[in-house]
Amino acid sequence: MAQEETTGSIFTDIDDGGSGEEINRWQRTARLWRETLSEHWGLLTDELSVKLSMLMVAFFMVVAVIAPYITENPPLQRQYESDAEIIILKWAEPSLLGADSGYLLGTTAEGFDIFSQLVYGTRAALLVGLIAAVFTAGIGTMVGLVAGYYGGKIDDALMRIVDFLYGMPMLPTVIILVALLGPSLWNIIFALIILQWRSTARVIRSQALSLRERPFVKAAEVAGAGDWHIISRHLAPNVLPMSFLYGSFAIAWAILTEAGVSFIGLGDPNTVSWGTMLQASRAYSALQFGAWWWFVPPGICIGLLVISGFLIGRGYEEITNPKLQ
Amino acid sequence: MSKTDDDVILHVDDLKKHFKVDEGWIASLLQSVTGDDPDYVHAVDGVSFDLKRGETLGLAGESGCGKTTTGMSLVKLHEPTDGDIHYNNKRLSEASDEEIKEFRQNAQMIFQDPFESLNPRMTVYDIVAEPLRVHDIRNETARVQRALEFAELMPAEHYFDQYPHELSGGQRQRVAIARALVLDPDFIVADEPVSMLDVSLRAGVLSLLDRMTEEFGLSVVYISHDLSLLRHMCDRLAIMYMGKIVEKGPTDQIIENPQHPYTQALINAVPVPDPDVGRERVELQGEVGDVIDVPTGCRFKDRCPKYIGDVCDQVVPPLEAKSDTGADQDIACHLFESAEGYDPYAELDGGRAENATAANDGSESAPADD
Ligand code: SF4
Repeated sequence: MAQEETTGSIFTDIDDGGSGEEINRWQRTARLWRETLSEHWGLLTDELSVKLSMLMVAFFMVVAVIAPYITENPPLQRQYESDAEIIILKWAEPSLLGADSGYLLGTTAEGFDIFSQLVYGTRAALLVGLIAAVFTAGIGTMVGLVAGYYGGKIDDALMRIVDFLYGMPMLPTVIILVALLGPSLWNIIFALIILQWRSTARVIRSQALSLRERPFVKAAEVAGAGDWHIISRHLAPNVLPMSFLYGSFAIAWAILTEAGVSFIGLGDPNTVSWGTMLQASRAYSALQFGAWWWFVPPGICIGLLVISGFLIGRGYEEITNPKLQ
Repeated sequence: MSKTDDDVILHVDDLKKHFKVDEGWIASLLQSVTGDDPDYVHAVDGVSFDLKRGETLGLAGESGCGKTTTGMSLVKLHEPTDGDIHYNNKRLSEASDEEIKEFRQNAQMIFQDPFESLNPRMTVYDIVAEPLRVHDIRNETARVQRALEFAELMPAEHYFDQYPHELSGGQRQRVAIARALVLDPDFIVADEPVSMLDVSLRAGVLSLLDRMTEEFGLSVVYISHDLSLLRHMCDRLAIMYMGKIVEKGPTDQIIENPQHPYTQALINAVPVPDPDVGRERVELQGEVGDVIDVPTGCRFKDRCPKYIGDVCDQVVPPLEAKSDTGADQDIACHLFESAEGYDPYAELDGGRAENATAANDGSESAPADD
């Protein structure tokens, strides 16, 4: 067909001359990502509350990793010396308060080392928080992007699922699911993820819907970009801050819910979490006996971690949404 | 139907684009129960024109006349409701994936708002390189650099890592132009390319567009409400009103000797540099008509100062060459005699039509001469 150029193209000599130097795409992409991240990091850590929250989360992470080095007693090992038949007091007072027991926070009514439980409980909390957050943000973002980009029937179908999930109250549903699936940490995480992606999906969808109509997406279409290209290069980077935001809130919610579920006795009996500690302390009426060192420390830890999660989320929200400033 | 003229790069044939009015799901549920037809906005309603190689065509009209929708359909941002676009004598509706890809490579668009048409999270380099990546074209870096330099963004390397928010409006529109050019296209649709820019920057961008048209041998469709801009940029003009072209022809002809009452009114609205050029003043009254419940007959009838009765009210005036205007353009108006012998009065019902023909032939045939 009449395809040959009538006028010389400014690119002719480039194509004739073979390939000149190319900018390495991956190096460049990596560098740009680094720059963006460090810029966001800078903005985020600008605020004192966020900085402190970050330190708090980092501290808990370190504790979780080096737990075996902090305490020598496994958290679920009864501290009786059965061989020597010297049964120590089940309710060892904390040595922190001057008692001569050798247990920093004493032992539980079952004879478990409370300090050790507290330290190992960090693992459960972070595990639940991080895994739930990653999947919540991940699934929510994917579903939201697909629904928002394609619209129409796909959108309708996906959003009806989300509406259905919205009809289910968080804690009771998780309780029922865990009761059905059996009490284990993984089932709690699973139930959390199933219920939590709904809010992320809804927000990301509405963002994708409006992004989709933006001229730069039209421009990509004119350039011949396919659906996947547009979703991954144009929509995803623009909703990413929002998914991070929802992810960080999800950490806090997941930890709270896990504690709640464990507290009513549906926690994993083979793992220690702060929630199961609270549950045990209630079961043995620690409050009546005045053994506050059993239930106050896990409560404080839950509070600290959850508040940190929310503060980080808030801080990030202010970056992504300048209107809040 | 299909033209075999090698000079014509784009042949638009009775293009229609109707948008369904979204009234919410309750209304659509009711409609599905009662069997009512949903409402449609007739954004583009039967537009035909040819775009020749190296030619610049201007689409003019008030906002809402369908010129932007037409432009977007030209680069396949909308699937036409009806009618077709022929690119290099191939119907786009029947084109294979391969041909569509080739079309995509050769049809580009420059958008009105450079603050919106560039992804805020991409660097200038990535924005300009994106079309190359989509089409797997080699020598990315060299091409991007060349395109940026052509758009007078120099030194190009300096802009590679900048984000759109670091650039001025004029620079952004230049980036958008570089992006459109980087694939070495055949034709470009430029939708109000300078209307969002500072007045002081417009001249620069317009001269770049001029240079682009010349050096690339491009065909360009300029979309604008600004006739004085189109007058400088375009070889031919098409004036649109409510989704239809009402007058089409060489730019000079249309600007200096407008025939359709709507065109006359539009041109009157433009300040005339030379006040001695006397023109019959035509003031436009009223609003643009309803594009959902499209009126019968001529769409301009409610505002037309030269309304000539039933024939305007009942018969849609076709866009055609006229024998009695002494002008070179096509006009869609019953004031003039069709060069092809089409008789609109024949379509009016019964004997009344005959009478009307007789009556009107005597008194209303002479157009307002300038
Ligand atoms: S057809 Fe009739 S109403 Fe329409 S522009 Fe011509 S004179 Fe006016």
